[in-house]
Amino acid sequence: MSKYNIKINGTTKVVDVDPTTPMLWVLRDHLNMPGTKYGCGIAMCGACTVHLNGMAMRSCQLPVSAVGSQEITTIEGLSEDAAHPVQKAWLEHDVAQCGYCQSGQIMSAVALLKNNPNPNDEDIEAAMSGNICRCGTYLRIKEAIKTAAKN
Amino acid sequence: MKELNKLDRRSFLKTSALAGGGLMLSFSWIAESKAAKTMQNVAADWNELTGYIKITSDNIIKILCPNPEFGQNVMTSLPMMVAEELGVDWDKVVVEMGPHDNVKLGPQFTGGSNSIRMYWKPLREAGATARQMLRQAAAETWSVPIDEITTKSGVIKHSSGKSATYGEMANKAATLTMPKGLQLKAPKDFDIVSTSQKNVEGKKIVTGKPLFGIDYQVDGMLIAMIQHPPAFGMKLQSFDAAQALKMPGIKDVFSFKLYDTDFVQGGFDTRSFNEMIAVVGNSTWEVMNARKRIKAKWEPTGDMIEVMSGRGGNTEVTVPGRLESTENQMAMMAEKAKAPAKEQRKDGDPETAFKNAATVIERTYNAPFLAHNTMEPMNFFAHVQEDKALVVGPVQAPGWMEPTLGKILNLPADKIEIQMTRMGGGFGRRAYGQYVFEAARISQKMKAPIKLIYSREDDMTYGIYRPMYTATYRAALDANKNLIGFHVKGGGIPESPIHANRFPAGAVDNYLAESWEIPSNVTIGAFRAPRSNFNAAAEQSFLDEVAEAMGKDPIEMRLELLKRAKENPVGKNNDYDADRYAGVLELVREKSGWGKAENQKYNRGVAAYFCHNSYAAHVVDMIDRDGSPYVERVTSAMDCGIVINPDAAANMVEGAVVDGIGNAFYGSMTFKEGQADHNNFNSYRLIRHNEAPKQINVHFVKSEADPTGLGEPPFPPVFGAVANALYKTTGKRFYNQPFDSSDQPTNI
Ligand code: FES
Ligand code: FES
Repeated sequence: MSKYNIKINGTTKVVDVDPTTPMLWVLRDHLNMPGTKYGCGIAMCGACTVHLNGMAMRSCQLPVSAVGSQEITTIEGLSEDAAHPVQKAWLEHDVAQCGYCQSGQIMSAVALLKNNPNPNDEDIEAAMSGNICRCGTYLRIKEAIKTAAKN
Repeated sequence: MKELNKLDRRSFLKTSALAGGGLMLSFSWIAESKAAKTMQNVAADWNELTGYIKITSDNIIKILCPNPEFGQNVMTSLPMMVAEELGVDWDKVVVEMGPHDNVKLGPQFTGGSNSIRMYWKPLREAGATARQMLRQAAAETWSVPIDEITTKSGVIKHSSGKSATYGEMANKAATLTMPKGLQLKAPKDFDIVSTSQKNVEGKKIVTGKPLFGIDYQVDGMLIAMIQHPPAFGMKLQSFDAAQALKMPGIKDVFSFKLYDTDFVQGGFDTRSFNEMIAVVGNSTWEVMNARKRIKAKWEPTGDMIEVMSGRGGNTEVTVPGRLESTENQMAMMAEKAKAPAKEQRKDGDPETAFKNAATVIERTYNAPFLAHNTMEPMNFFAHVQEDKALVVGPVQAPGWMEPTLGKILNLPADKIEIQMTRMGGGFGRRAYGQYVFEAARISQKMKAPIKLIYSREDDMTYGIYRPMYTATYRAALDANKNLIGFHVKGGGIPESPIHANRFPAGAVDNYLAESWEIPSNVTIGAFRAPRSNFNAAAEQSFLDEVAEAMGKDPIEMRLELLKRAKENPVGKNNDYDADRYAGVLELVREKSGWGKAENQKYNRGVAAYFCHNSYAAHVVDMIDRDGSPYVERVTSAMDCGIVINPDAAANMVEGAVVDGIGNAFYGSMTFKEGQADHNNFNSYRLIRHNEAPKQINVHFVKSEADPTGLGEPPFPPVFGAVANALYKTTGKRFYNQPFDSSDQPTNI
């Protein structure tokens, strides 16, 4: 066990965990932030996507000991009340079915739009293909990203 | 009324016992709405008007959703039906997931595309009943005849100018006798039903609120995982947990049995293994790591006898102990397919028809086991105490779990509380309670609240899979290329897919359907449109080939058969409405611009199917993209009667199309010596963004027929339409799923 001070969504949190613990489980089990989801644990589904210094990152592959002073943003950090343009676009297109993959999808989309404010279909597919949606909401996700890009 | 009061008390006691039991209710089940904010500040003076509606004197109107939600949007569409008859504005309603209470809230079963269909009448009646009670309360309060009282948007009015909110009359209304035989609205008068309303939990989903079973937490809760035998046909011999127990955060490692030896299994008690090792600790990562340190020895189970309950009493079933590999399974199926099978339906004289035929077309179709792969892996919370149990999590049918929990925990039904969380997908998997019972067993042993979590690997390797199927179709054509005989013989491991009374039964003079099955220890269960998901694939691509041999357009050929089935049906019990079936084909023909020059750049495949009470047809537009077939566009036509929530309904169909394309191309679970070959998404391929179509255009037949479901019906025909488009794209017929496999027989 080791103590870590981690910057998450603008505040510093202290956790005392095994250094190998992935941020996914630090968030879910130790910090009571279950918005970040577990889907595969091997970087294949994107359900656990967070931002590390603004870049999309699979938190199941990010050991707590590797975070250091880098800044983590989770779905809870986008906005409290769905005010972020990407969240708004998701609601406008009523994207979700079961909803389980959507926080990961949204985090990937936000990171995409940060780098590329006007993505075309191919850009979206390239950035989003690491995020599985078992319910098959891909079309609406694409539409929502385009709507968010406009705003 | 008396019955209702008794129930009120029971459910009140249940809730208060829970609150007093030190269990933190970390969920707020109240959906987002304008009223939701106000909710937090009010004392709960809920007046209950029917089991589904609660109204406070401050005029907060709450509607309980009876059925668990797994993405089919029932938490929105079911309450819409209540609100319609209650006569309130949709945006003023608070929606909450109901408790498990089959007496007050009906069957509470999500599956079989049945939610909308089974609740259509009761929920509108509940709304109408409550509205009538509110009017009655106003009539009595104002001493005026009830006929003079109207309501609009949750306000009660009298011609004299008197008015009151529903809230103001709710207290009195709740004391009145429930009226019966009320007139329900005609479809033309609907204000809410048939309008597009957003998912009531949308805001919570996009902000990452804890909605799912896997998010559930209470103080003092431990995490549990299970080590199961590595292969079907293996069981635990012994294990050494010494090292695992030394790992940080670990509370206990022990083996447990799911069912006792004399347990009689019901249909949804399917269990993959009976004895497993549980690892329990403080956090998921610690438990995952400790689990790797268990040294377990496994041994073959040998043949097993299971006692199953059924309509005709209990029966003993022998489950073979062999370690199965896909290759042997295929060989066993090929062998069995040659043997005489069980006749399911026979019309006319198929033997003679085939003997006299000018042409006989015979094709065999195969499909593998499929894993459900819900995005949220199986998990469940359980807190089992001496005299009561609370279990919380993602489950499709709490009413089926309760009796089994009662049996294994030895508790009466009223001491078992099941709470339903939002489910991260279901597709049939969560109709089986294995993981619920495992959680209960582990909590019982630990004497503590625990949350059982399956890793993705667990979820995929001890699944309750879609069975493996095969079917051989034969068509007899006379010299004029008329279809004079049709024969299907199908089977599977461990069940047959055959629906003997479905189309084209009823449309062909000489018809024969036969089935067979091979028992297995690989556990199987419902998977989005059970059996239909295979039949539609096989039959609809076979019909495409038959149409080609007849020299007919595939839509025209189906329409001709349906016309025959309507005007002069063959045999009895034809399990479809030929008009509605033809209706979706005609609609998809029109909307897809079938046969139009502007669509020539596409290789087009069509298929239609009827299952789970709704009709579906798709036209799949395929192109060659960088040397691979790619479905770029899909046109879908559906007939599910009245469409409750059109945009959400379209979302369902879009999802089913994507899921169908994905499973048709990639879905497959294979086995070696009883062990699943795939355990995660690196080798089990699911469809991704870049493989999904660019456009899915969904159309609904305009209808005033009672509504039916959409979770399953659009899914099966996607497979057939994809197969038919593949033929156009590659010049080859695809008989074996998944279609991306190079293992395709060459016919002819
Ligand atoms: S859980 Fe991290 S990518 Fe799937
Ligand atoms: S909405 Fe269910 S997995 Fe994406």
